[in-house]
Amino acid sequence: MSNALKNLLYKMADDALVIGHRNSEWTGIGPMLEEDLAFSSMAQDKIGHAQALYSILNTLFGEADPDTLAFKRQEKDLKSCQFVELPIGEYDFSIVRQFLFDHAELLRYDMLTQSSFQPLAQLAKKVKGEIKYHVMHGDTFVKQLGNGSEESKARMQSALNYAWPYALGIFEKDETDAELISEGVFAGEDELKTRWLQKVTPVIEAAGLKVPATDETKIVYGGRKGFHSEYLKPMLEEMTEVTRTDIDAEW
Amino acid sequence: MSSLDPRVNRLDFKKITDGETHTNSHLITWEVFHQDKRGKQVIHVGIVHAPTPDMALILAKEQYARRGKTTNLWVTKTSDVYTFATEDEDIFETTPEKHFRDPAYYKVRDRIEKFQKQQKQTV
Repeated sequence: MSNALKNLLYKMADDALVIGHRNSEWTGIGPMLEEDLAFSSMAQDKIGHAQALYSILNTLFGEADPDTLAFKRQEKDLKSCQFVELPIGEYDFSIVRQFLFDHAELLRYDMLTQSSFQPLAQLAKKVKGEIKYHVMHGDTFVKQLGNGSEESKARMQSALNYAWPYALGIFEKDETDAELISEGVFAGEDELKTRWLQKVTPVIEAAGLKVPATDETKIVYGGRKGFHSEYLKPMLEEMTEVTRTDIDAEW
Repeated sequence: MSSLDPRVNRLDFKKITDGETHTNSHLITWEVFHQDKRGKQVIHVGIVHAPTPDMALILAKEQYARRGKTTNLWVTKTSDVYTFATEDEDIFETTPEKHFRDPAYYKVRDRIEKFQKQQKQTV
């Protein structure tokens, strides 16, 4: 059981760390002052979620301390899905990614409020409000831009089409999934995916966009097993650049 | 000046002097009001740029409510606010001699003391 739990905590924490770092790349260059600040603040929320999850791994499972887990692991050790490591691209993609990813996050944490694993159930109750705002932010932008000009609509649709097979990769299962379900820890990736489709579909339609067709053979899996795209390594190198200059420094 | 960060394109100062600037002029402003406790009055805290009330609220949340306790925010179009003209500011100047409008003008201290004394005696 402890392996299945660790696996769940790692993939959630790594997702939060990687998307948090990626979204922070907009700091200072956001499309407008207010949005620059909002997006940066939400990126910080994600880093906070990662820290909370790494802390559970540290205190209850004897894993290394949160800083070590965040800054001193190799690319292949990260269990994040490939969706979160993609470059920020243009703002259309970053918004679409936030929209798709955070709907999954909100539902995942919502399901986890019922978890038999108390530390995770408690954390879920604590962070649900933050993620609810991230979802409101994503929904509002997607509707605004989807119903905006011809250009913004076209950009949003093409970002959505590009993101779709990656987003479905969030729900990559492994052999621990069944165990988590039977132990009442987490209702499982398939259940999450079903609920997610029910949530994102009406928003996409309200935005005047089309829900991309799902081609099962094109879904981007692998991240949960440590297989990543060419984008993760350079990101980790940049993220850990300062830490690596003096690996034993105390902060 | 180009940035050391390859992702960053800095504003070209020459373009500013030539009159070409980037502004938020395509977005209207919204006045933001903050409430820190349910039932308490909302207090004006500033503005945000946004095209719609939904966007204004979403953006106001991180500008004005990311620190400290918040229970709600209000936004309203700046253009919906009706105000006095700046040159009419003098209507707020009041002459200081109107003591009769000042509670301190009414000396009631001795009457209060008399009442308190009376209360004590009856107990």
